[in-house]
Amino acid sequence: MSSKPLDYENLNKNVKECQYAVRGELYLRASELQKEGKKIIFTNVGNPHALGQKPLTFPRQVIALCQAPFLLDDPNVGLVFPADAIARAKHLLSMTSGGLGAYSDSRGIPGVRKEVAEFIERRDGYPSDPELIFLTDGASKGVMQILNAIIRGEGDGVLVPVPQYPLYSATISLLGGTLVPYYLEETANWGLDVNNLRQSVAQARYKGITVRAMVIINPGNPTGQCLSEANLKDVIKFCYQESLVLLGDEVYQQNIYQDERPFISARKVLMDMGPPINKELQLVSFHTVSKGYWGECGQRGGYFEMTNIPPKSVEEIYKVASIALSPNVPGQIFMGLMVNPPKPGDISYERYVRESKAVLESLRKRAHIMTDGFNSCRNVVCNFTEGAMYSFPQIRLPPKAIEAAKKAGKVPDVFYCLKLLEATGISTVPGSGFGQKEGVFHLRTTILPAEEDMPAIMASFKKFNDEFMEQYEDHKGYSRM
Amino acid sequence: MRRFVADKTRNLVRRASTCSPTCPVSPRPHHPPSLLSQPTSPPFSSSSPSHPSSITSPLRFLTAAALHPLSFPASPNSMASNYSTTPVTLQSVNPKVLKCEYAVRGEIVTLAQKLEQDLKQNPDSHPFDEIIYCNIGNPQSLGQQPITFFREVLALCDHPAILDRSETQGLFSADAIERAFQILDQIPGRATGAYSHSQGIKGLRETIAAGIAERDGFPADPNDIFLTDGASPAVHMMMQLLIRSEKDGILCPIPQYPLYSASIALHGGTLVPYYLDEATGWGLEISELKKQLETAKSNGVCVRALVVINPGNPTGQVLAEDNQCEIVEFCKNEGLVLLADEVYQENIYVPDKQFHSFKKVSRSMGYGEKNISLVSFQSVSKGYYGECGKRGGYMEVTGFSPEIREQIYKVASVNLCSNISGQILASLVMNPPKVGDESYESYTGEKDGILSSLAKRAKTLEDALNSLEGVTCNRAEGAMYLFPRIDLPHKAIKAAEAAKTAPDAFYARRLLDATGVVVVPGSGFGQVPGTWHFRCTILPQEDKIPAIVSRLTEFHKKFMDEFRD
Repeated sequence: MSSKPLDYENLNKNVKECQYAVRGELYLRASELQKEGKKIIFTNVGNPHALGQKPLTFPRQVIALCQAPFLLDDPNVGLVFPADAIARAKHLLSMTSGGLGAYSDSRGIPGVRKEVAEFIERRDGYPSDPELIFLTDGASKGVMQILNAIIRGEGDGVLVPVPQYPLYSATISLLGGTLVPYYLEETANWGLDVNNLRQSVAQARYKGITVRAMVIINPGNPTGQCLSEANLKDVIKFCYQESLVLLGDEVYQQNIYQDERPFISARKVLMDMGPPINKELQLVSFHTVSKGYWGECGQRGGYFEMTNIPPKSVEEIYKVASIALSPNVPGQIFMGLMVNPPKPGDISYERYVRESKAVLESLRKRAHIMTDGFNSCRNVVCNFTEGAMYSFPQIRLPPKAIEAAKKAGKVPDVFYCLKLLEATGISTVPGSGFGQKEGVFHLRTTILPAEEDMPAIMASFKKFNDEFMEQYEDHKGYSRM
Repeated sequence: MRRFVADKTRNLVRRASTCSPTCPVSPRPHHPPSLLSQPTSPPFSSSSPSHPSSITSPLRFLTAAALHPLSFPASPNSMASNYSTTPVTLQSVNPKVLKCEYAVRGEIVTLAQKLEQDLKQNPDSHPFDEIIYCNIGNPQSLGQQPITFFREVLALCDHPAILDRSETQGLFSADAIERAFQILDQIPGRATGAYSHSQGIKGLRETIAAGIAERDGFPADPNDIFLTDGASPAVHMMMQLLIRSEKDGILCPIPQYPLYSASIALHGGTLVPYYLDEATGWGLEISELKKQLETAKSNGVCVRALVVINPGNPTGQVLAEDNQCEIVEFCKNEGLVLLADEVYQENIYVPDKQFHSFKKVSRSMGYGEKNISLVSFQSVSKGYYGECGKRGGYMEVTGFSPEIREQIYKVASVNLCSNISGQILASLVMNPPKVGDESYESYTGEKDGILSSLAKRAKTLEDALNSLEGVTCNRAEGAMYLFPRIDLPHKAIKAAEAAKTAPDAFYARRLLDATGVVVVPGSGFGQVPGTWHFRCTILPQEDKIPAIVSRLTEFHKKFMDEFRD
């Protein structure tokens, strides 16, 4: 049999090397179990609507009208849609070049980009240039576009937090670059230590790697921490000194569950720092409609904003965007609505506020129930979810459990998560998918299951965990060295 | 100029022959270990090693027009110097990014946008009152109306809260409401705002598979379908899978849709061209395929796949079934993956031609899963629906081992999923209203209206082009484009050379300046060296066609008067 182009051994090695744990072994096994009729609680993906979160009404009304613009001329449209939704649909359609069915400018609809710029200006107190904002099919596509422009080959490195969201590791390996890890400090509530950064860069350089960019995820995924202003300043200074492009993944900026550390954008901190750094540090910030109280994952709407990137490089990024023609237009409309929601006095304002508050408050409660639940379990410790959508408890696996995992040919935390899945139907992602210090094990769950289901879920987790620990633990000793 | 292009073509072949046997990413520039205290080389600075060799890419010859690597809105030169000390500069951007070109949205379009701005400020600034974009297959931007039924269903799926309300029945047709219910039932939790399975929603894939089976008369498996944000990301995914290095080649038609050249360049592979024969209506000759395959092989290029665009873009031809059989046989014998771009499958304008999918052709030949690796691309952007902005599409992947499918799934999962609205629309175009449904009549009325109007427009434009001095134009049997050949006078070629631009780009630019009509120069698609073409869509609304014809005719006459030898 002659060798065929897509035989496994002939495949692009970057493809084979790429890993994406969020939809990996655990997810596949969970899907199988679901097919067999078992009730599965999917906590593996930050996918709120899949777990019962209802979409906000106003944006759905507007998008429906944009999809069916002939309704706008129907005398009965007012029976089903409020006047401000109708007006907004007309406004948004007037900014498109032929409605939802026409390709837009490859960077996104100019009018929507302008509204995004105004949103950023309101948020940060500094003006933003719509020409430097590109709309994308979700934030992931934006990250891929930017990393593609940065990574030339294996000799190029990107600093990525560990634990990290596997989009970064997967994309870097698809593009053939090198991931340069920097560890977040679990004992300091997943804080970011600049000394760790220096070490990581020095080690990478020693290996001949050109470190070109640094990723921060704020609020953290999977770690849930919110970076302080002082911490962000350190990071910015560090990137400036080392000539790194800073990539700010800020998709969870609406998801904050404590009052001590509100979200502050990397861009605002940079601008506050003044010259020369605010004119020179290269920064790309990412945002999406998939998170926040919107949770509109299925729409694939997002943007990135570039700061201090030279025009010629922006043109190159534009060129690559143009090959994909344009981001999906309904997703762009959602973004336009997210950055410009109903205002006080609008018909839909009260409902919008009520709905979005309810989502956020409930998430805050769930963050507490979950952290407390984990911390009540034997050999489990968990930092509080300050922001984002995840809990990332450490599971202190007894040596016997680690041995049993080895025998089964599994990574210890995968072994634990599979057992958890079989016993309880809770589908999580093992910490090894995000990276963790050697010999330390975690799992990631979202805090998204419905509030009323949460106590039962945590009880079932506790029952499983404590029995597991009972089974594998000799003398109540921890596995941690 | 002819020699210039010929040289570039020769370069391509020579380059292939001297291709180093190692892949482009493996030889690492050896960076000496540097101490942290030393000034480091910033990621995008001019001090990083540049890659002059990458400038002579095989794509360059396709876009002889682009003497400057960038053809996007000119930025004031002064700005560049402000950034000379910052990390990101042109010298250190990924060279594969610099290398790729996408003419459909290139220089001419940028100029057109500028003229449009002029007109807004001063309607008398140019000898025309509007810009007519014939550069891109974007029907709804030129006034084509969406199919009502599809949009009703999409609106209801986007706002399911109104499905149960009685007032809704006054606004929407009953079968649209019913279809929305059906679709929502296929979506777990009825959540159109949730990420779906990375291959796309299972129920929608089942609908699509049933649609394919009905079209072809051979079964299709929902597990073979991958829903994507338009067909382009699907093409990228396959290129990513296939291309390991510069030594891997993909056979592409010339002229070709530049998505292929661009994605091959972005993934660092080599485009192996095969020429379509203009004299036989852009025929695809197997002898030409064989010749190019052999040449590439002898140059050390490992050819992994063959791209066929049917109906053709930009060339508009519809392949005959026996020609398709030969192509299938060729791929099977040579062990090539057949990448079938079939996004124009509904766009057929002549009674003597019919669309046959490569899947159907290969199954009719008795070839199944084990015999041929075939990927078929489909999109919601084309056809009579023309829903470009939705970014819906799919690929049907057959003849691959389960482990390869897993790899495709993995790559798809990194991007989570394609947009749900686009997924729903893809299922709708593969399962439109049927006889007896309430919307059937309005649906067929709209569909036939669009397709027959497109056929009329194609014919009118084709006849008009053929009546011009030195212009020959094959008929648009399908797709959305005409690709006329212009026999440019020597003087015009000289003038283009003096203006440092490709002759066809020179012509397209003059056309734009004089008429406001935007076309894409043939050099953006590739053409036989020494021949010149442009691509023009057939999409402007019917009432605009006469004006376009007369402006075009008048312009061409003047152009010839100015340059005739």
